[in-house]
Amino acid sequence: MTIEVTRRGFLAGLGTATAGLALGWRVLEAGSAAAAPAAARLAPTPTQMAVFAPNPFIQIGSDGLVTIVCHRSEMGQGIRSSLPVLLADELGADPRKIRVVQGDGDEKYGDQNTDGSTSIRNFFEPMRQVAAVARTMLITAAATRWRVPAARLTTHDDAVHDPATGKALGFGALATAAAALPVPKAAALRPQHELTHVGTALPLYDGVDYVTGRAAYGADIRLPGMLTAVIARPPVVFGKLATLDDRRALQVRGVRKIVALPVPVPPAGAQPLGGVAVIADHTYAAMRGRAALDVTWDAGANAGYDSRSYTDQLLAAVRAPGELVRQVGDAERALAGAARIVEAEYVVPHLTHAPMEPPVAVARIDGDRCEVWTCTQDPQDAQDAVAKALGFPKAQVTIHVTFLGGGFGRKSIPDYVVEAALLARAAGAPVRVQWTRDDEIRHGYYHTHSAQALAAGLDAAGNVVAWRHRLAYPSISATFTPDKQHPSAGELGQGVLDLPLAIPNVLVQTGAAPQHIRIGWMRSVNNVQQAFAVQSFIAELAAATRRDPRDMLMAVLGPARTITPADQGLDKLGNYGASLDKHPIDVARFHRVIGKVTEAAGWDGARRSGRALGLAVHRSFLSYIAVVAQVGRGPRGELRVEQAWIAADAGTIINTDRVRSQLEGAFVFGMTSALHGAITIQRGAVEQTNFRDYPLTRIGEAPRRIHVELIASDGPPGGIGEPGVPPVAPAIFNAIHALTGERVRTLPLTRAVR
Amino acid sequence: MKLTVNGVAHDVDADDDMPLLWVLRDLIGLTGTKYGCGEALCGACTVHLEGRAVRSCVTPMRRAAGHAVTTIEGLSAGGTHPLQRAWVELGVPQCGFCQAGQIMTAAALLAETPQPTDDDIDHALAGNLCRCGTYLRIRAAVRKAAGP
Repeated sequence: MTIEVTRRGFLAGLGTATAGLALGWRVLEAGSAAAAPAAARLAPTPTQMAVFAPNPFIQIGSDGLVTIVCHRSEMGQGIRSSLPVLLADELGADPRKIRVVQGDGDEKYGDQNTDGSTSIRNFFEPMRQVAAVARTMLITAAATRWRVPAARLTTHDDAVHDPATGKALGFGALATAAAALPVPKAAALRPQHELTHVGTALPLYDGVDYVTGRAAYGADIRLPGMLTAVIARPPVVFGKLATLDDRRALQVRGVRKIVALPVPVPPAGAQPLGGVAVIADHTYAAMRGRAALDVTWDAGANAGYDSRSYTDQLLAAVRAPGELVRQVGDAERALAGAARIVEAEYVVPHLTHAPMEPPVAVARIDGDRCEVWTCTQDPQDAQDAVAKALGFPKAQVTIHVTFLGGGFGRKSIPDYVVEAALLARAAGAPVRVQWTRDDEIRHGYYHTHSAQALAAGLDAAGNVVAWRHRLAYPSISATFTPDKQHPSAGELGQGVLDLPLAIPNVLVQTGAAPQHIRIGWMRSVNNVQQAFAVQSFIAELAAATRRDPRDMLMAVLGPARTITPADQGLDKLGNYGASLDKHPIDVARFHRVIGKVTEAAGWDGARRSGRALGLAVHRSFLSYIAVVAQVGRGPRGELRVEQAWIAADAGTIINTDRVRSQLEGAFVFGMTSALHGAITIQRGAVEQTNFRDYPLTRIGEAPRRIHVELIASDGPPGGIGEPGVPPVAPAIFNAIHALTGERVRTLPLTRAVR
Repeated sequence: MKLTVNGVAHDVDADDDMPLLWVLRDLIGLTGTKYGCGEALCGACTVHLEGRAVRSCVTPMRRAAGHAVTTIEGLSAGGTHPLQRAWVELGVPQCGFCQAGQIMTAAALLAETPQPTDDDIDHALAGNLCRCGTYLRIRAAVRKAAGP
């Protein structure tokens, strides 16, 4: 079975509906959906059915089939099993019967950048509104037909119901009439308790496709005449091709063409890294052709970057006063007068995303149009980048979103999509650019490399009276804007500026850290190193004062209150783009998850039972997560994470099963960063190449039990894809300290970066 | 070279050292078997050769000639293998990319060890990476498929 995609099939259907024309009958082009079973489920499927389509997200056929567009990329977070159900609930459709189709990149959907754990927190209300409008129109159509007041009608199970008469009309029977009505600008939402599927464990919409091999990822797209490209890229960012002899490569059976890619100019942005592409009949020929290239590189200005000496540079930066970013009271004076000072330094190396599916994109150019199929987190950004690279108007570039075999932030930057577009033009044929694992590890947008120094002043009674936090790491901003040497407010807003501290004297400073490789967003972003340092340090303060770590954590966070910018010595708080009125920084919610997780883990009985537990809590992406890790020793005396408890307050939850799954997975993901992950750079080039030297947590290392406690809430939803990660590493290291007395301050555990 | 994949005979015109993975994906069009590392480090490409789990990314096509090759597409009709059912019921997949390899490895385990312990499962699946971290549900699903 070849997954063959026809252009016609993709261009027809809901994806081409425009908001202005959406109202009314639309007879859509017929196509052969049966020829493309897997791809068809991802893209709008052609249908001859006339439809009611009041907006780009909902389509109801006269056969009663409710189609809902998922405009956010599916990369394992389960969005296709969650957001469409919310629309169905608000509409009154049976979520078990809806068809979900994946939206192309298109500004009519609004923001599609599947990043920042935003898919539910930013779209919960807008998607309800979209569905409420459609519901109102269906009700109006039924009220007109029955000549009864609309106010007494309700919808459920794909029908409008009149409780007074017991009559019901299916959505399909009302589609024509509803389509003739004007689309109201707004409609009243149902009371939230009527969303009967929200807050339950919902099935995995794509489950069967995942386990049968039918789900189509970026690499699974096949076009007639398609060639495959593998690229030799310069090992150092902004390096250039020096010499190339491609004679041997061209002799490899199946190799068609060798193409040099343009050299990028700083800042890196989403530009491809350049290099030499080997275009061939299939992947194996392209890989062998690349291996046969005789190529040398000019390393350029970043050749001096060495991550080991850079660690020393970062540490020097945090050992001196830096740029002031947060100040309350006079921490230096309080430190000078303290009965005792506790200090610690923490180092986190570069990390990489390592999604199981390396980046891949397929592009086809037909005259003045470009059509792309790719695993992207941000199809509109990919559309812009391809349009710019080809010199096409944006409207002539179509981006179809496949399943993503993991994203974790890597696939939010479309350098690989641009490569495919440039090579499709150069080859005069559709081209799939396949990144090898080696490419993915060596040419990523890495998690930043950081050093942090924390100092606390204690009074004679052991109370924390001063807190000084210094940080230095290359900013993601420098990937897009030259000369940024300090973290942005947004980066520091991930657990530093927004950290509640019931301490009268607080000082936060940043040191300079120029960027020499591409830094990007990796799941939880700067929360990773910032939670690691802060939550480790609070446990260090507990150890120094012989207090229970939970008691010290509660003391440092302080009493239940909401945090204002003024409390933090700031004019404003970024708060992940959300208003503080709607999403306050609420210390009571920290307390609640700490209470829940320690109760579940039997924290108070831990010492008696000889178990070593470690606790950490962190708020990120508007959700509050506390973790307790239990560490013991395996049969050969090795450290083992035996089990874990997670308590989460993420506000309203749509799909409890996917939330649990994300939190379980976040723990294992966090274990990799804590125990194994380190990208090191020598002479400007990444030293790791594959899973043998960038190891991931394997099944035998995963805890035997992960217990997830969800706090029931009808508050506004927070994020869930990322917030589970940051507390994992400090919880594990706090447990290791409890077990062994050893304090780990440099990640990862199994490999010191220095 | 003649290959039999999921009971179907294919005549493949390619160098006989071409890894089975690329033969399956690029020449035969069976894309359920995934490329993850190319060096037998992640298990995403796992298929069965005469019922035994092998990493197709390092298996030259000539080694598969004359033997029955089974891929995820041929494991069952319509996803009815007990492991596939358990995987769906327990919501194992997140991104899903590694799961064909996980299931193929687990199927070979169950064929040899119908009632595996957690240690047996961890041992058998030690070569199958999941970056999403679905390992706990994988263990539970293998146990569920094994039955009481």
